[in-house]
Amino acid sequence: MKTPIYFDNHATTPVDPRVVDAMLPYFTTRFGNAASRNHSFGWEAEKAVDDARKKIADLIGATSKEIVFTSGATESDNLAIKGVAEMYAEKGNHIITAATEHKAVLDTCKKLEKHGYRVTYLPLKADGLVDLDMLRESITDKTILITIMYANNEIGVIQPIAEIGKLAHEKGILFHTDGVQAVGKVPVNMIKDNVDLMSISAHKIYGPKGVGALYVRRKSPRVQITAQMDGGGHERGMRSGTLNVPGIVGLGEACAICHREMAEESKRLSYLRDKLKNKLETELDEVFINGSMEHRLPHNLNMSFAYVEGESLLMGINDVAVSSGSACTSATLEPSYVLKALGVGDDLAHTSIRFGLGRFNTEEEVDYVANRVIEVVRKLRELSPLYEMAKEGVDLSKVQWAAE
Amino acid sequence: MSYSDKVLDHYNHPRNVGSLDRNDPNVGTGMVGAPECGDVMKLQVKVDEMTGVIAEAKFKTFGCGSAIASSSLATEWLKGKTVDEALAIKNTDIVNELSLPPVKIHCSVLAEDAIKAAISDYKKKQDQRKPVEARA
Repeated sequence: MKTPIYFDNHATTPVDPRVVDAMLPYFTTRFGNAASRNHSFGWEAEKAVDDARKKIADLIGATSKEIVFTSGATESDNLAIKGVAEMYAEKGNHIITAATEHKAVLDTCKKLEKHGYRVTYLPLKADGLVDLDMLRESITDKTILITIMYANNEIGVIQPIAEIGKLAHEKGILFHTDGVQAVGKVPVNMIKDNVDLMSISAHKIYGPKGVGALYVRRKSPRVQITAQMDGGGHERGMRSGTLNVPGIVGLGEACAICHREMAEESKRLSYLRDKLKNKLETELDEVFINGSMEHRLPHNLNMSFAYVEGESLLMGINDVAVSSGSACTSATLEPSYVLKALGVGDDLAHTSIRFGLGRFNTEEEVDYVANRVIEVVRKLRELSPLYEMAKEGVDLSKVQWAAE
Repeated sequence: MSYSDKVLDHYNHPRNVGSLDRNDPNVGTGMVGAPECGDVMKLQVKVDEMTGVIAEAKFKTFGCGSAIASSSLATEWLKGKTVDEALAIKNTDIVNELSLPPVKIHCSVLAEDAIKAAISDYKKKQDQRKPVEARA
């Protein structure tokens, strides 16, 4: 076993060597521009792009013509939300999203608010799920788009996508989902899930960075979006710009591998995740799971270790790459807004750690990480005045803190 | 973020971890910060009655590595100082010693506050004690 150990697979994943192999020829010998219609270099590139399109479509229950290539999921989110807002501006100006969305969705919505759109940010239930009744009640006759992520990047909670989509369709509203964390990890089907637009990223599924896709439904309803990038009219006018052929080939291959291996891989990962969870829960007191365990990605664990600040824990397990909801590890000096939206107090949010397992993690690594975390949490609790007070029976919520 | 060697040293080998009897009249306790802010420091000093010098200093800290290092360093510096000398310790001294980056300066401020709170608690106890002794 080699260190450091990478348990941060929600942030990014290594490129699968099989994906690299598929990509390599498209940098050198097959370097053509997929838009070159009059020679074999162009035809070769176009065929590679078409093959990739088919592989992506197959993974998500779509057709090739419904896949639009982008530079990544941030662009896909922007294109979907701004593209729908602009295209359907005459129909309405109201968008519904959730407080736990990725910043690519939240900040896009905030930008639209400056341009006269109205946005509802739904609060979440304590388990991280959208309250469907609340969603239904927030719909108005001006609502044009609901955008709710498939699975959350911090807590791995999977939303009731098919039900949200059904509700949207009953009301004639379009439904976009940021599928970044779910695609390739759990079964996703655009027809069954009633999804109209979905953002996909390659680098979260063992593909390369800098490439992604947007699924845009072609039938019932036929979704139209206004392009946000003008130019040569690539991707049927929805996204101009020369196609990143090697990246697209990589995304296609990454999808094909996920498609083939998902059933077994998700079983393996949920076994490893549960082992990690059980070991930590058995060996340590006062640990708390953030978000639903029932509706959750198989490779995600998000746990708060009460009385131990997250960054100091990361520092102690410095040969393990994980991330924390602690403010000290973010640029904003605020603890995780996702945990806050679930009603997790700032005190516990500061102690949260996200474990994201992946394709290349082993059981030996899980055992090692569990032991390291247990050792460091114990050490830091010996150092923690809060743990000492709690053990003495002090109710920390009633203490008057002399905060600055 | 990368940490300075001194921060790492204090984090890996924290000095003077522990608690003193907060009811002892010669012990001053300072507790600053709040769990919601991600930092709580408890710093205690025990002053030698005869010499007025800090004989013992202990800390416990909930916070990031820099907060732990700042309080650990503070306990090292406190020992052997008189109460007034202790009050002269500035957060900037801690910043310089530990090479704290700008985002971690608040950790040093918290340590200075903890020192001041502990000394003030000690002085308050001493003041309350004097009239009693005078009567005796």
